[in-house]
Amino acid sequence: MFEFVIILLFLSTALAMYRFLKGPTLADRVVAFDVLSIIAVSLLVLLALYFERILYLDIALVFGLIGFLGTTIFGRYIEKGI
Amino acid sequence: MFYLGMIFIFLGIMAFFVSTVGLIRMPDILTRMQVATKSTTIGTILVLLGVACIEPSWSIKLLLLTLFILLTNPLSSSVLARAVKKAEK
Repeated sequence: MFEFVIILLFLSTALAMYRFLKGPTLADRVVAFDVLSIIAVSLLVLLALYFERILYLDIALVFGLIGFLGTTIFGRYIEKGI
Repeated sequence: MFYLGMIFIFLGIMAFFVSTVGLIRMPDILTRMQVATKSTTIGTILVLLGVACIEPSWSIKLLLLTLFILLTNPLSSSVLARAVKKAEK
């Protein structure tokens, strides 16, 4: 049952990856990266349910923090440059 | 309780799918950002609610994760939208 859910989640990962590879500007790629990091947080929570380990929730929290920091730093780079 | 959780997880994954289809189909960068942020937020909240229905003993950490997502996702979208708007001028 959980395998089916995880495969359905990979479908939307593939669609976001298409925009990440093709996107015309940098901002498109950053938006696609944001969506991919949010999908990865939810995928880690589902994997925690599949393997029945509570440790993966901490990994999901740290991954969400790193994705947020990456998006914010890229926004600052688009706004002001290095 | 298990089937209720699976229904919530399916609804969340449907929201993710709608989000990524909108990410491909929308014509402009600002509309892409708007559809991506809103529906990924609701998708993550629904998936975490479903997991909390299946495993009720994890709900403290899942509540913390939901609060974190709910706090940071609109913030990053706002920073990005302001950067795009300022870079276009």
